[in-house]
Amino acid sequence: MRLNTLFLKKLFVLSLIFAFIAGVNASAFANSEHNETVLKDSAHVTEAHVEGEGHAAGHGEEPFEPTKVIMEHISDSHDWHLWGHTSIGLPVILKTDAGIVTFNSSEFHHDQEGTHVVEKDGQKFVRFENKIYYAAETANEKGQYLTLEDEHPTNAKPLDFSITKNVASMFLSAIILCLVFFSVAAAYRKREGKAPRGLQSFIEPIIVFVRDEVARPNIGHKYVRYMPFLLTVFFFILINNLIGLIPIFPGGSNLTGNIAVTFVLGTITFLVTNFSGNKYYWKHVLAPDVPWWLYPIMLVVEVIGLLSKPFALIIRLFANITAGHIIVLSLISLIFIFKTLYIAPVSVAFVLFMDVLELLVAFLQAFIFTMLTALFIGTAVEEHHH
Amino acid sequence: MDLVTPSIGLVFWTTLTFIFLILLLGKFAWRPIVSALNERERSIEDALSAADKAKEELTRLNQESDKLLKDARLERDKILKEAKTFGDNLIAEAKHNAQTEGAKMIAKAHDEINAQKNAALAEVKNQVATLSIEIAEKVLRKKFENAGEQQTLVAELLKDVKLN
Repeated sequence: MRLNTLFLKKLFVLSLIFAFIAGVNASAFANSEHNETVLKDSAHVTEAHVEGEGHAAGHGEEPFEPTKVIMEHISDSHDWHLWGHTSIGLPVILKTDAGIVTFNSSEFHHDQEGTHVVEKDGQKFVRFENKIYYAAETANEKGQYLTLEDEHPTNAKPLDFSITKNVASMFLSAIILCLVFFSVAAAYRKREGKAPRGLQSFIEPIIVFVRDEVARPNIGHKYVRYMPFLLTVFFFILINNLIGLIPIFPGGSNLTGNIAVTFVLGTITFLVTNFSGNKYYWKHVLAPDVPWWLYPIMLVVEVIGLLSKPFALIIRLFANITAGHIIVLSLISLIFIFKTLYIAPVSVAFVLFMDVLELLVAFLQAFIFTMLTALFIGTAVEEHHH
Repeated sequence: MDLVTPSIGLVFWTTLTFIFLILLLGKFAWRPIVSALNERERSIEDALSAADKAKEELTRLNQESDKLLKDARLERDKILKEAKTFGDNLIAEAKHNAQTEGAKMIAKAHDEINAQKNAALAEVKNQVATLSIEIAEKVLRKKFENAGEQQTLVAELLKDVKLN
């Protein structure tokens, strides 16, 4: 009983600390939205230096728009936002009609409205809501070098290969993966045939799990060929899910909740599956055991079936991770919607709950993606079809 | 919707990163790790099966030694029994032999004694006869000058003499 109350006390203190930190973060958040009047009581904590002095002055009290804020947080951006008005500029790489143009994203000075023109290699660019456009010759009445139709720019866009926040975060995760698994591999070489130790003993059950519960039962004896792919997919998704759960730098990117990333993963699964398909698999797809006059329908159905498998993977991972991020951000937004710090403990309690749930989801989604990939490969390499 | 529109940049970088990751991790991490795991599992399995085999061998050896022990015990019993019978027989035979031999010797001794006695008696008879004749001769010589008469008398006398 005593232990229990002690634990509860600790939890209470922790949640208070968490609430305070969340409040600080949230006020930083508010600052970035030029919303300085919200939470006046904690504003003193974040006298962050303002890089783009120009726009802070011009705006008064803007109403808090949770949708806009949440969408900003779950989508990609050219800068890596740290706190307040401080962010790390990342390389912008544009494939324009006149060749590759690179510059640092901080040259936009946090502009998202298309008002700040960056001139590079004789070409002019503006940024509007995280997208880079060729700047128009003249500014419109709002000072934007864009022509807007229904609030959407009609300007031409260069191909954007920038190292965005998500890309940088992905590089980070790739480095972490390499460091972790190279050291684990070294441990296996050094302590050959001995019991695992340290990081190795944490990783080993997961690898054995992927091998014995995912690859072997679904693919059969040919599983060895697909182990590198399955393990890479599993750990890539897992580490990026986990990085996405960390609210502060260098975490917080919504990488596995980005459709582009899940699209690539799903496409690779699709390619691997279909390139390893044997004659039984293709016979099942192209010449199923049905009366001949059903072929036109069946062929369409089968092709849709082929495509829907990776499509389901793409959407499942994207939706699960994005939904998690949206819920957490919504709960934090409650503080700003109610404009009071008293709601913070409630928000924090729910966010804590959600974060724990998301921790489970991080593992679960990595597992499901790998499991289904193995299942699809399994159907493609299966020997005996009925 | 921006949210569900894949951006070309991220697609490009993700593809690049992921393929590099597969190649790098596949070559330097997954292959050594998975092969090391398999290796270790195989060695554990080998060790277990070897232990099983050793156990079986041990049981077999135990059974064998038990059987050997039992056989040896039986053999010993048999040998002991045989030795006992043999010894008994030997003793019985020896006894029997001794008895027969003794009986034979006694019988032989009897015969010898009888023969000696008869010989001695015959000797004595002869001696007595000779002595008697000498004595008689001496006596009669003195008494009887006539030798013929004397001889007839002695012969008549000797006829009456019965030994035993």
